[in-house]
Amino acid sequence: MLTANPQLTPDKKLRHLLTTEGLPKSLIENILDTAAQFVSVGDRDVKKVPLLRGKSVFNLFFENSTRTRTTFEIAAKRLSADVINLNINASSTSKGESLVDTIDNLIAMDADVFVVRHSQSGAAHLIAKHVNQVRPNVAVINAGDGRHAHPTQGLLDMYTIRHYKKSFHNLSIAIVGDILHSRVARSGIHALTTLGCPDVRVIGPKTLIPTECERMGVSVHHDMMRGIEGCDVVMMLRLQNERMEGPLLPSAQEFFKSYGLTAEKLARAKPDAIVMHPGPMNRGVEIESTIADGRQAVILPQVTFGIAVRMAVMSMVGVSRGEVA
Amino acid sequence: MRLEIRNGRLIDLSGSNDGRDERATLYVDGAIIAAVGSRAPDGFMADKIVDAAGKIVAPGLVDLCARLREPGYEHKATLESELMAASAGGVTSLVCPPDTEPVLDEPGLVEMLKRRGWTLNQARIYPLGALTAGLKGETLAEMLELAEAGCIGFFQADRPIVDTSVLYRAMQYAATYGFTIWLRPEDAFLARGGIAHDGEVAARLGLAAIPTSAESVAIATICTLMRETGARVHLARLSSAAGVELVRRAKAEGLPVTADVGVHHLLLTDRDIGYFDSQYRFSPPLRSPSDRDALSAGVVDGTINAICSDHTPTDEDEKNVPFGEATPGASGLEMLLPLALKWAEHASIPMSTALARITVNAAQVLGKSQGRLVAGAPADVCIFDPRAFWAVTRETLVSQGKNTPYLAREMQGKVTHTICAGRLVYAA
Repeated sequence: MLTANPQLTPDKKLRHLLTTEGLPKSLIENILDTAAQFVSVGDRDVKKVPLLRGKSVFNLFFENSTRTRTTFEIAAKRLSADVINLNINASSTSKGESLVDTIDNLIAMDADVFVVRHSQSGAAHLIAKHVNQVRPNVAVINAGDGRHAHPTQGLLDMYTIRHYKKSFHNLSIAIVGDILHSRVARSGIHALTTLGCPDVRVIGPKTLIPTECERMGVSVHHDMMRGIEGCDVVMMLRLQNERMEGPLLPSAQEFFKSYGLTAEKLARAKPDAIVMHPGPMNRGVEIESTIADGRQAVILPQVTFGIAVRMAVMSMVGVSRGEVA
Repeated sequence: MRLEIRNGRLIDLSGSNDGRDERATLYVDGAIIAAVGSRAPDGFMADKIVDAAGKIVAPGLVDLCARLREPGYEHKATLESELMAASAGGVTSLVCPPDTEPVLDEPGLVEMLKRRGWTLNQARIYPLGALTAGLKGETLAEMLELAEAGCIGFFQADRPIVDTSVLYRAMQYAATYGFTIWLRPEDAFLARGGIAHDGEVAARLGLAAIPTSAESVAIATICTLMRETGARVHLARLSSAAGVELVRRAKAEGLPVTADVGVHHLLLTDRDIGYFDSQYRFSPPLRSPSDRDALSAGVVDGTINAICSDHTPTDEDEKNVPFGEATPGASGLEMLLPLALKWAEHASIPMSTALARITVNAAQVLGKSQGRLVAGAPADVCIFDPRAFWAVTRETLVSQGKNTPYLAREMQGKVTHTICAGRLVYAA
């Protein structure tokens, strides 16, 4: 049964960040504006602000990640929080401890913010629901749950697009590759449609596009040359190694032939189109090296903006946390 | 013991015409209905009188699928707790699937289950034996021995047979003895790893999907093998519009096939999953609104013979995990009647049709004489107040399984008395 949006407080402030879906447009804009103030922190000699001093941020990674965990860690440290990194992997579940038991234990260690990555779609929602019951002043930030959502990635992508393109209202945006398994794609799509982007296209083979994907407000293309036509933004997705050959795709090479971003294909987009990728990149699978390193690529600025966006989100859930308490 | 149930509105759809729906008295003598009407049989002296004024007197419910969890899963539920739940839900006959631990693939286990059930003195238990040894889908279970021990059919539970040649041989063998095979139509490959209906909700939530073709491919295979082997098949838990249509055609063709649907699938859809609510994880998955509507139409026109509870009690920990790790299914014995009534209201059909699908029509699938309120029939009776509301809570549910999407919701239709084989097994 659908209940109130679990990531918002009754007065529509950010309580947890679980997905970009259902976030009010004003709240997304608020996050991006707050992030803008944090971008310059990285340029200072003292790269710290005291917003979360005395707070404990627990990086709770049930799935391997170096990049995302590191950017969250940097973001938390720049906000002066104490950061505890926990790589739980599958070992704790094989010891028989359930997810909620793990959370209860960490709550007992006085966590203030959980940054959670888990292989199951909906894991962050489950944790948020549980936290609401047992310790309502703890916040949950979803750092990727299964195929479902990776909202800070979606928001940093919005930040990047807004940085280069200023507004969303006249943009055509193509998201290319493995949509089916991509939480980055889902978070991007919901954020883009909320922000008023009129033309969101997803491009990929039928095996990697979910059924009824159009219902998310996108158009579906299988021919990349046509799908990329006139785009302002090209968002490439990472293709997981285990999907490169098997029943979904015959080979990485064949995928690259149809859906890898090459100079020839990019030429069909607008001349000032930007190229994005959430990383880590498979050069020669999703994207040609010359494009990845080329003048249209904004892949490294994405990483920099990612820290600012994560600082913004952490400070907002941290502050609204303070108000609750 | 002689019972007289008076002043109630008797509904019985077993007759050849429209059946009975009138105020009448029911006279029970021992385990049999002695008479129905206004006149007591000669010399009838009631030991007990039940006043059913304002209530409906219906046949005891026949549930085509209730997991009792014994042997092996006593932490989820016990025979005792679930048979009490059955009585509280007005269920007097229930079919239990073989997916226990150990699996019901040995006559000794079946006899033990029947004996345990017998001593508890509640609903009648009709076990389904495993179709294949250990439900592994490799070698046939001893069907003849199991039938002699009391199995009314053979079921592969929720573990579809991967090897079609085993299915073919199982059907041939069952047809030799005229046994009915129960199958949940699901192609093992198309359903592999899936947890939700293949549609916009799975797309949005990023849940691995099960296409409706998993069901239709399986039904097409089963029907083809039925034509070749002459086996009689009961298709359990239909979930899709395509599946209903294939069964409709199979019946038109004259194949000896029957079918049922879980009551939740008549009311809920994948939209109800909301924010990953694991109480809405079912197997087969809840599908789209158009699938639900097709299932509903299938029950109305009789393509789907019966509605069952698909009772699946679990402990709370099994639902308090991410959606994809949650055990599918819901506790349902006590919800079968009120949900069937709710469905009748939504589908704008007479209450008596809904009652028939959970009584006489279900009994017909089993080839049993229950589900009728006529002289000489087994005295299995469910008396309920159709206007009474009750709240579904952990406390009001008798079943040990508190896992239901309807927790903290109100139900209309409350069982007040359950009589099984002439014994008053439940009184509110």
